Amino acid sequence: MKKFESKKRYVTPGDVITTSPLRLKENVILNGKRIMSTCTGLSDIFGDSVRVIPLTGVYLPKIDDLVIGKIISVSSSAWFADINSCYEGMLFGQEVFGRGSYPTLDDMKSRLDIGDLIAARIANFDRTREPLITISGQDLGKIDSGELVKISPTKVPRLIGKQGSMIQTIEGSTNSSITIGQNGWVIVSNDETNGLLKAIDAIRLVDEQAHVANLTDKVNKMFEFEGGK
Amino acid sequence: MGGRKSDLVLLDENGIRCDGRKVNETRKIIIKTGVLKNADGSAYIEFGGNKILAGVFGPRDIHPKHMADTNTGVLRVRYHMEPFSVGERKNPAPSRREIEISKVIKEALQPAVILEKFPRTVVDVFLEILQADGGTRCAALDAASVALADAGIPMKDMVCACAAGKAGDALILDVNNEEDQAGQADMPIGYMPNLGKITLLQLDGVLTPDEFKKCVELGIQGCKQVYEIQKKALREKYFSNEGNS
Repeated sequence: MKKFESKKRYVTPGDVITTSPLRLKENVILNGKRIMSTCTGLSDIFGDSVRVIPLTGVYLPKIDDLVIGKIISVSSSAWFADINSCYEGMLFGQEVFGRGSYPTLDDMKSRLDIGDLIAARIANFDRTREPLITISGQDLGKIDSGELVKISPTKVPRLIGKQGSMIQTIEGSTNSSITIGQNGWVIVSNDETNGLLKAIDAIRLVDEQAHVANLTDKVNKMFEFEGGK
Repeated sequence: MGGRKSDLVLLDENGIRCDGRKVNETRKIIIKTGVLKNADGSAYIEFGGNKILAGVFGPRDIHPKHMADTNTGVLRVRYHMEPFSVGERKNPAPSRREIEISKVIKEALQPAVILEKFPRTVVDVFLEILQADGGTRCAALDAASVALADAGIPMKDMVCACAAGKAGDALILDVNNEEDQAGQADMPIGYMPNLGKITLLQLDGVLTPDEFKKCVELGIQGCKQVYEIQKKALREKYFSNEGNS
């Protein structure tokens, strides 16, 4: 393979990434022999595969994703949660109250009411129905404290970093605990206001400059600079 | 057919047009991406005297629900001229012309967008003509395409558009308002530059088959020029820190 091809390149929809016969991954289409990008982002050739890391776009639910949701409606059988997607997350009452139970609307509301934030996992999603979410599992359920930060869902992998390097840096430097939903909603909790604000600033920085290389170093520098003040 | 008589000289003996351009020259085009905070994607275009704002929302929940398609997402386009966009006040209610242009722009974008990933949703494209100066449908299509890319809607290719036509017995690129009113033919072309496919082709006026072919070629040349500007606009927003990395 030619050397320049293995480098990441900036692409816009329709740009030809390569004409080599490679395996198609996310956000690419094949046109004759040409592999073209379908979105604005960074093209990435790894091994025998090619993909484009998008820099913009909406969140599409994937099974087993951890998401942060906000309850927007309650009925006696289910809650509906805004999960920052084009679909609403559906959480069945029986999921919470046990199979075969028939909770009343008041029961439902007393457990989770409109406006409550939840950490949930996508239990099932196919093209035909709204995504099913679940709150049974470790670290899932209602979120009682913390600050909600909204970033672009496409920037989530960058915020986590390679093997979690970025998020560990932010958590370590500010003593905060951070829960990242794959849908781009992030919960930051910290008892100290200063640390909380610093962590939020760092997350915003990652959101704005996700396409810049060596971002972890940049974030580190930001903390050092602030620490020296 | 063949244009109205007027005192205006559309093409002088040196081959210069009424606004000082050469026959194969487009007007000045400026595109800006991400100008609206509340829209998922947006673009602003200045195409000569045309000033157009495009906003894209979605994929999002579709209303009315009966429009939903369980196999794919739906694309909706609204082309709207502001009352102050033309010399005499335009009634803001959608006219026959606006409804038609909304339809042709939608059909010009449809082959490019990939909405199969988003069943039961809609992508709304709003195009507001702030100032019109001939060739708004092409300029609106250019802005819509950039706004869609800004919103992150998967697309097979960008769609760029430019008109070609005939005025003063010569084939011209990028027909302006005067040439549209008094000229002999106006042909807007929408084009996917990397796939080499035409997605919009209309013709108002009379051309011989030979002229028609040449006109299409000329229009495609114009589209390719527009494409470079569209790409530049997207790069400016997303890769402006390129040097810092």
